[in-house]
Amino acid sequence: MSAALQNRAPSAAMLRLEGVTAAYGAVEALRDVSVHVDPGEIVTLIGANGAGKSTLLMTIFGSPRARTGRILFEGRDITGMPMHEIARAGIAQSPEGRRIFPRMTVRENLLMGAQSFGVDPAPGLEQAFTLFPRLKEREAQRGGTLSGGEQQMLAIARALMSKPRLLLLDEPSLGLAPLVVRGIFSAIRRLNAETGLTVLLVEQNANQALRLAHRGYVLVNGRTTLEGTGAELLARPEVRDAYLGTH
Amino acid sequence: MAYALQQLINGVALGMIYGLIAVGYTMVYGIIGMINFAHGDIFMVGAFISLISFVLISSGGWAAGPGAILLVLLVSMAVTALYGWSVERVAYRPLRGSFRLAPLISAIGMSIVLQNYVQVAQGARVKPMESIVTGGVELWHGNGFAVSISTMQAMIVIVTLVVLAVFTWLVTRTPLGRAMRACEQDRKMAGLLGIDTDRTISITFVIGAALAAVAGTMYLLRYGVIDFYIGFLAGVKAFTAAVLGGIGSLPGAVLGGLLIGLIETFWSAYFSVQYKDVATFAILVITLIFMPTGLLGRAEVEKV
Repeated sequence: MSAALQNRAPSAAMLRLEGVTAAYGAVEALRDVSVHVDPGEIVTLIGANGAGKSTLLMTIFGSPRARTGRILFEGRDITGMPMHEIARAGIAQSPEGRRIFPRMTVRENLLMGAQSFGVDPAPGLEQAFTLFPRLKEREAQRGGTLSGGEQQMLAIARALMSKPRLLLLDEPSLGLAPLVVRGIFSAIRRLNAETGLTVLLVEQNANQALRLAHRGYVLVNGRTTLEGTGAELLARPEVRDAYLGTH
Repeated sequence: MAYALQQLINGVALGMIYGLIAVGYTMVYGIIGMINFAHGDIFMVGAFISLISFVLISSGGWAAGPGAILLVLLVSMAVTALYGWSVERVAYRPLRGSFRLAPLISAIGMSIVLQNYVQVAQGARVKPMESIVTGGVELWHGNGFAVSISTMQAMIVIVTLVVLAVFTWLVTRTPLGRAMRACEQDRKMAGLLGIDTDRTISITFVIGAALAAVAGTMYLLRYGVIDFYIGFLAGVKAFTAAVLGGIGSLPGAVLGGLLIGLIETFWSAYFSVQYKDVATFAILVITLIFMPTGLLGRAEVEKV
């Protein structure tokens, strides 16, 4: 069988992690994780703090590197590719901690999201300001002076600037008022429905995430322990006890 | 009064040269957090390339006019930039992700390599060049003392201002400059946004070296003598300027350069030439005691 054929994933998954192990030094953060996201899906990863959710998103970008296993994006092996090439392949991330450039204006932060992709930034800016009118008000303000919630909006809007096919969102609800969270979740749903944007969402807010997502995985100590549709996972007693706080 | 005014002119012209070199230190520090100790020697290489270019041009029978100077400046910037790129590629990039002191030690090694390379290739003796930019304007005549600005001094000031204006535009207004600032503020995030961070760092070294080449050319034209060792003291002074202005700050580097140039000139004029370096470094120490981040530097505290 030719190499090209071998590189084709068994199914037409957009993103596929196969037996991925990753570690920070001697500390294993991911153990033999296999996860896949199909085109047009919203998939969520839920799990406790330190379960490896954020590590999984960063490992897709090669930092930390997958020590074993491989990562396929649209059938192409991206394991070990330089970070900027993975981004240019069509994956964007709104990362843990938001990572806004503190001494750049909101506008410059947004432009950074587009400039390596050869796309016209104008429609992206318009979309960002429609999605989050607050950002329009803060356009000329430095990123470091924004509130946590505004930074979160900016991080998401910046990730969308490159018109990615796959969006990785790390805790978009963190630090936001419930109303804003609802706004962000409905924006994600709308982008998914209207533009077919595929989303891999990491959340502590499992209840809302599972309602939004088509499918989900539960991550415990770096391993996936459960997989199912959002509704299935919501109904599982162990998920309810551990992550939903329902009684 | 007239005497002081003259010293001001002299000090500014000298300070501009320091400022141009200091920008290279501060840029590299900003983007990868290391002091590029070889940068002073890059300046020296720039001066040598200019000298060689001038010799080639005059042996070709070309008159040493403004066109020749511009040509030499551009050649020197291009070739020196190549040196700057190579130094980063050979001595610093392989050590990225290594412990913090590793590239610093490598930089000192690079400095020694460049000095010895030029010493072997060009000889250890001082290289003179006849001055080709002569004349000047008498601005004011008072108390039997004429205040004048030489054509050379005016040229240093104008060239430096033009170069710095272009450079400032590049950093603040272009996508490349934005990528450089992004790498400085959060390199991993820049990578997540598709920026080739290694390439951006390379470009930073290239620009820093080109600015040092401008400084080297001006130094050669102004003082007319160079040797393989001029990079050491000039480098230390420019590094001091960068720290004084606030390392990591571009306007700070220029301001620091001007201050060092002025302090040195005024001290030499009113006190003793022998102790001018002591005065310069003493003021650095005093400034850092009261303003540890330099004049325009910012404290490393950020909202999270």
